[in-house]
Amino acid sequence: MLELRDIYKMYEGQPLLRGISFRVDVGETVCLLGASGSGKSTLLRMIAGLELPDAGQIFWDGINLASTPPHRRDFGLVFQDYALFPHLNVFDNTAFGLKMKNWTRSQITSRVHEVLELVNLRGFETRQVTDLSGGEQQRVAFARALAPRPRLLMFDEPLGALDRALREDLLNELRGILHQTRIPAIYVTHDQEEAFAIADRVLLLHDGQIVRAGNPKEVWADPKSAWAAEFLGLGNVIGGKVVNSEWKVKTGFGVFDVNCGHKHRAGEEVHLLARPFPAPNEANIVRGRAADVIFQSDRFKVTLDNGLYFYLDGEPKVGEKIEVKVKIECLG
Amino acid sequence: MNSISPRRVLLWLAPLTFLGVFFFYPFFRILAFSFSLETLTSSNLQLALHVLLFTFYQAILSTLLTLLIGLPSAYLFAHFDFHGKSLLRALTAVPFMLPTVVVAAGFNALLGPRGWINLGLTNLLTWSGISPLPSPLIPFVGTLTAILLAHVFYNTTIVVRIAGNALSRLDPKLEQAARSLGADSPRVWWNVILPLLRPSLFAASLLVFLFDFTSFGVILLLGGTRFATLEVAIYIQALQLLNLPLAALLSLIQLLCTLAFSILYTRTLTRSTVQTAPRSQVTHKAGTIREKTFVAFFCLLLSAFFVLPMLALPLRSVSRLDADRGDRAQLQTGFTTDYYTELFINRNNSIFYVPPFQAALNSLGYASATVLLSLLLGLPAASALAKPGRIEKILDPILILPLGASAVTLGLGFIVAFGRLLTQPWLVPLAHTLVALPFVIRTLQPALASIPDRLRQAAASLGASPFRAWQTVDWPILRRATLSAATFAFTISLGEFGATALLARPEYPTIPIAIYRFLSQPGGLNYGQAMAMATLLMALTTAGILLIEKLRLPGAGEF
Repeated sequence: MLELRDIYKMYEGQPLLRGISFRVDVGETVCLLGASGSGKSTLLRMIAGLELPDAGQIFWDGINLASTPPHRRDFGLVFQDYALFPHLNVFDNTAFGLKMKNWTRSQITSRVHEVLELVNLRGFETRQVTDLSGGEQQRVAFARALAPRPRLLMFDEPLGALDRALREDLLNELRGILHQTRIPAIYVTHDQEEAFAIADRVLLLHDGQIVRAGNPKEVWADPKSAWAAEFLGLGNVIGGKVVNSEWKVKTGFGVFDVNCGHKHRAGEEVHLLARPFPAPNEANIVRGRAADVIFQSDRFKVTLDNGLYFYLDGEPKVGEKIEVKVKIECLG
Repeated sequence: MNSISPRRVLLWLAPLTFLGVFFFYPFFRILAFSFSLETLTSSNLQLALHVLLFTFYQAILSTLLTLLIGLPSAYLFAHFDFHGKSLLRALTAVPFMLPTVVVAAGFNALLGPRGWINLGLTNLLTWSGISPLPSPLIPFVGTLTAILLAHVFYNTTIVVRIAGNALSRLDPKLEQAARSLGADSPRVWWNVILPLLRPSLFAASLLVFLFDFTSFGVILLLGGTRFATLEVAIYIQALQLLNLPLAALLSLIQLLCTLAFSILYTRTLTRSTVQTAPRSQVTHKAGTIREKTFVAFFCLLLSAFFVLPMLALPLRSVSRLDADRGDRAQLQTGFTTDYYTELFINRNNSIFYVPPFQAALNSLGYASATVLLSLLLGLPAASALAKPGRIEKILDPILILPLGASAVTLGLGFIVAFGRLLTQPWLVPLAHTLVALPFVIRTLQPALASIPDRLRQAAASLGASPFRAWQTVDWPILRRATLSAATFAFTISLGEFGATALLARPEYPTIPIAIYRFLSQPGGLNYGQAMAMATLLMALTTAGILLIEKLRLPGAGEF
């Protein structure tokens, strides 16, 4: 099992990672979610041993990996642009790690067939990797990383270069494979849908730190910060000020009743989240005129003249007055 | 569609006539000579075979050694950032442009019997009481080692550039992927990097091999006549044994080999452009101790290897060492300008009919004539090639052909074809022009091609006569390229050794010939004068190289 303790890293004179600690347990898929440039790829490269942290340690089963070179770590790595060896065919690419482990020829052949079967590429053995489509190339990259039975798999935005439909298919397959093999995995992405779909646990990386960790449902239900709510696209993030009464917050869109569960001082600046789904049982009401209406197959995305947006069942006319009952959450 | 217009015929008339008379005619005379019955005797063929085998042997050995130094250097420049990187890279590139006599003199000044190391060591050991000592202490001149070292010195830059380019275009993620799959450094190299570099490595090796195969000055000056490569054998047969038919046969073999290698090289070039990732390798500072050791070691090795010979030469030319005056044990080092002042004096026992300084004047005269002639022939050819039509596609490779023939072969062709005119000093600049012309055309052509026709048409529509249009549109752009081409021709002519060695009259020596003769004479004064002249030549050539670099059009090709 993998454990990171207090990892620090500078990049071009700026702190990139400031004290990252987390664990990946057996059979678990952990998703590192963050904007591009947030240092998540660097973190992966440090776990792989391709880069060294400025401070902090990485352990596997309690053993410090600092002096273990990348080729002894037994961690599989899958890149966004596949990084397949252009001079080798599908079979030889997949067999590469096995050859490095000095497996016998027959062992290699049967394992390669097995893994190619797993990624639905049986029959592709003698094809040149340069002749394959993007999706096929990514399957070869999976197969190559999977073949030597690594003790950890790492994915660096593996589907970033593919189109949407293909991405969903591959994501489902990958989830199936990870589930089946029980290999612990770290999956790096900037796409929250991808992250929520594949992760057992999501780690939100922002400003060099993990700002939120939890299973997808928890994170979705309670992002805990304005940045996280905004990054995950959970709804309208509204700034406001606590008025005399501890439960009332004054905003540019009206005064809302907010039950945070914890106390705020009067006059304190807080961030609120207004989810875009109407909540008929709530007391808080947002009013405005429809400024923009977009048809989205089973609903309409309506943007009001004050900038807030909601998903409505009925289609309002542009300019029509609208009242929406919404749930307002406190983001601390 | 370009048809054959009278204007094109006019453009091609002079360059083609020149090549016809001074390259193809001599070439066919060589052919005729080699295929006569009295040439193709078994003893001649046996000698030719022997010479051919040795030529291959030394060229293969040199190429392997060059790879041994060049590959790690390419890796050094492609992967790491360190202080003085661009300077060091420039240093490795300088020898490629230097005349062979200068390089030979440089190595001689460092490692020769009268060089710094041998005299210094001898003195040190004598002083500490160890004697008698062999002289020279470390044999260098006249050994295969000397030839190999000089070849590596010359051609490392080829490997650094070609393999280095390919290395820096290699996607670093391939290496990382291999590492994460369990490959250690040697296996990453063996299984990933080398297979991907193979086309470029092959191209670089071929080019290095080609230069080593046709090398003449280095072998004659550092190895001596007992190392008979094809080039040296042609020289000996033609000039010392006066066996022109055998020389011609050797020339033919040489031409066929170079032609075969050149074709192979061009084919490799077209193949080596594929299979590289668009992403470029990121250079970084050496991090681990192993990386730091590697960088430090190779920086030191390269600077020593590329700086010391070129430093030893000018220093030796102004230093009096004791061996100049007999065999007194004490090493007396001191500054002297004697070697330079002697250049102006025609001593009674001089090996020349003229003071050595006259050789410099001859060289300058030949170089000026070469510049004039190669520009006169190169400008029309380059302007025809700038807008290539059907004939240009055929004529283009023909113009480059003299480049494939070795300088010694060119010289031999002149001897065979114009034997009766050999007393004429003007044959030398003609031969130099043959050598320089391909470079001149290759320098002018891109500049000419870069001028859009619309500019000339605009000038014409604004009322400029064709001459005025040329003067206001073409000339400003051409000026740089012309100056660059002229400098090329000038430095090539100044340093040309192969053809000149065969053609120069004793009473009209050039600088390289004078250096060669001084070096082959005994005595400290002769040695010192060789150093002085080589230093002058080095200074002139370096100035030329710097000027060309300054004038280089951005984005121009490397080889």
